[in-house]
Amino acid sequence: MGYQTTTEKMNAIFSDLSKDYLIYAPKRFVGDGTFTSIDTIRYGEITDLAEIEFAEKSDYSFKEVLLPISETLFYFTENEMKEADAPKKGAIVFLRSCDLHGLKRMDTIYLENGAVDTYYKRLRDHTKFILMGCENSFENCFCVSMGTQQSKDYDAYLKVDGDTVLVDSRWDYLDTALTDATPAPVIADSVTTNDTVVTIPETVPQTLFDAPFWEEYGNRCIACGRCNFVCPTCTCFTMQDIFYTDNGKAGERRRVWASCHVDGYTDMAGGHAFRNDKGQRMRFKVLHKVNDYKRRFGTHMCIGCGRCDDVCPEYISFANCINKLNTLVNDAAKEEN
Amino acid sequence: MLDLNTKKIKKNAYRVTKVRGETASRVRVPGGLLTAELLPLIQNIAETYGNGRIHLTTRQGFEIPGIKYTDMDAVNALLQPIIDKLEINQEIPGKGYTSAGTRNVSACIGSNTCPFATYNTTNFAKKMEKEIFPNDLHFKVAFTGCANDCIKTRMHDFGIIGMTEPQYEKERCMGCQACVKACKKKSVDALSVENYRIVRNTEKCVGCGECVINCPTRAWTRSPETYYRLVIMGRTGKRNPRLAEDFLVWATEDAIIKIVKNTYAYVTNYIDKEAPGGKEHIGYIIDRTGFEEYKKWAMEGVELDPRTIVKGPVYWSGIHYD
Repeated sequence: MGYQTTTEKMNAIFSDLSKDYLIYAPKRFVGDGTFTSIDTIRYGEITDLAEIEFAEKSDYSFKEVLLPISETLFYFTENEMKEADAPKKGAIVFLRSCDLHGLKRMDTIYLENGAVDTYYKRLRDHTKFILMGCENSFENCFCVSMGTQQSKDYDAYLKVDGDTVLVDSRWDYLDTALTDATPAPVIADSVTTNDTVVTIPETVPQTLFDAPFWEEYGNRCIACGRCNFVCPTCTCFTMQDIFYTDNGKAGERRRVWASCHVDGYTDMAGGHAFRNDKGQRMRFKVLHKVNDYKRRFGTHMCIGCGRCDDVCPEYISFANCINKLNTLVNDAAKEEN
Repeated sequence: MLDLNTKKIKKNAYRVTKVRGETASRVRVPGGLLTAELLPLIQNIAETYGNGRIHLTTRQGFEIPGIKYTDMDAVNALLQPIIDKLEINQEIPGKGYTSAGTRNVSACIGSNTCPFATYNTTNFAKKMEKEIFPNDLHFKVAFTGCANDCIKTRMHDFGIIGMTEPQYEKERCMGCQACVKACKKKSVDALSVENYRIVRNTEKCVGCGECVINCPTRAWTRSPETYYRLVIMGRTGKRNPRLAEDFLVWATEDAIIKIVKNTYAYVTNYIDKEAPGGKEHIGYIIDRTGFEEYKKWAMEGVELDPRTIVKGPVYWSGIHYD
């Protein structure tokens, strides 16, 4: 149901909601960037709609709300262990359409891919999602190519225009809270085109796995993992068992983000690692995003937010890599014919 | 016939050259940054009154050679819009640069452009220039954005090296160790790992920000405040060339400006009154009075941030030819 209300009224509603929810949204962290006097847009708690950065794409995605960068799973001592407490409050997350599609990818991995991940589920079950519209495409976005420019899977859509707030609610709590607001038809802003257009090859033949094509990336990639860390669909983690330094009989197990580009990702017992070459790491990531995942789950993993292209310090373009790969696949097909 | 007061000419930023009848004009550019629109004005002086050539000075100014001494007034008129645009303090409008002893305040390219710089070196250099120019005393001040010291502040009387105090949010760290590797290979190896998290050796850390630059998750960020390492009394020259030594570490902008200004009073008091051309490098004066006497003058009324480390006594080395 659509409503027109005011920022004052909406902030009051969020103030009430904050008793039961932590409210997360992309906000500006001044001077927080890699270089001096560069800001970062990333997720943090807000108490007022004015804190939300609507005008720019966030550098990091919402995923850290549901999959913290570092999360203690349980504590152990001698013969006992205790699971870490879940947050006392639920969460409300403001995010864009592409990221809502990213949420589906996270759900697929953590809820529908074999055993349910209880640590993910206990956060996910108590999280509400509020869609932020996109009036214009941002640099490097290719959501239209990935079909993620629109999403209906939100608890509410919210648009701030000066003192006016337009809401499309699918959440009974909000419907009740907005009973006195003016009903209005509200349709989420979404883009229909992006400057970046990506064409994904239908299938990538096995013969291209060792193609010289990947070697150039081996020379360019510095294995920093930024492309993975900003990606809303990268869900890999690793474990860290910690023994407290002043009492080695007690400790905790943490799970932390992992990156298939960073050294150590493929390390095995005995010191063997099977993707030492950075070009092979690029091949693994790219084909996971637009080939392997689809074979298994039916949709592409990549949601076209373009954050990997925004962040790469070596100016490696994932989008351009897919397009070049597409040309390569087509050329290979022609040769066979 | 030419009848010149060479002492006045030199103070007016003109050089007495080896060519009889010809001088050279030095154009100062504080912080080493200017808008391109000024280049045609400098070109015009060189082509109208000089020999059509321009020398780029080591202190980031321009030197226009081949000017006739008789054309100095005309050149001063053409210098005026450059002086105005670069906001140079000027005692007598229309008369060019009214001092030359305190040299152009130079700066590396800084955080306007460079990924390593911890602050806007140009802005600080301009601020310093406003505080200390014009003055006939021989002072060389340079600003550099980080511990790489590309402007070579350690060959100046005062070198200001930018520092950031890295802030670590451990919950944003997954232990990729990009910071540890960068610090070990590109800086001073001040980071170690304990239980998959990073420990910073605060005594070793030089505040270069490599950890911040290399962190992929914003676990490392910069401190809101910029700090500086103030290095003093480096010099080139015939007798005892040497690198500047640390005086203050984790110092603030205000403290540095105050110390440099205090040094003018110290030099005025202790300079060798018989020094040739009234010019004596500050470092040699400190060699004569002792560091503690200099420190007493320099620190007069200086308010220090609690983080600031004051070094002392300071000893210099370098090569002795005397």
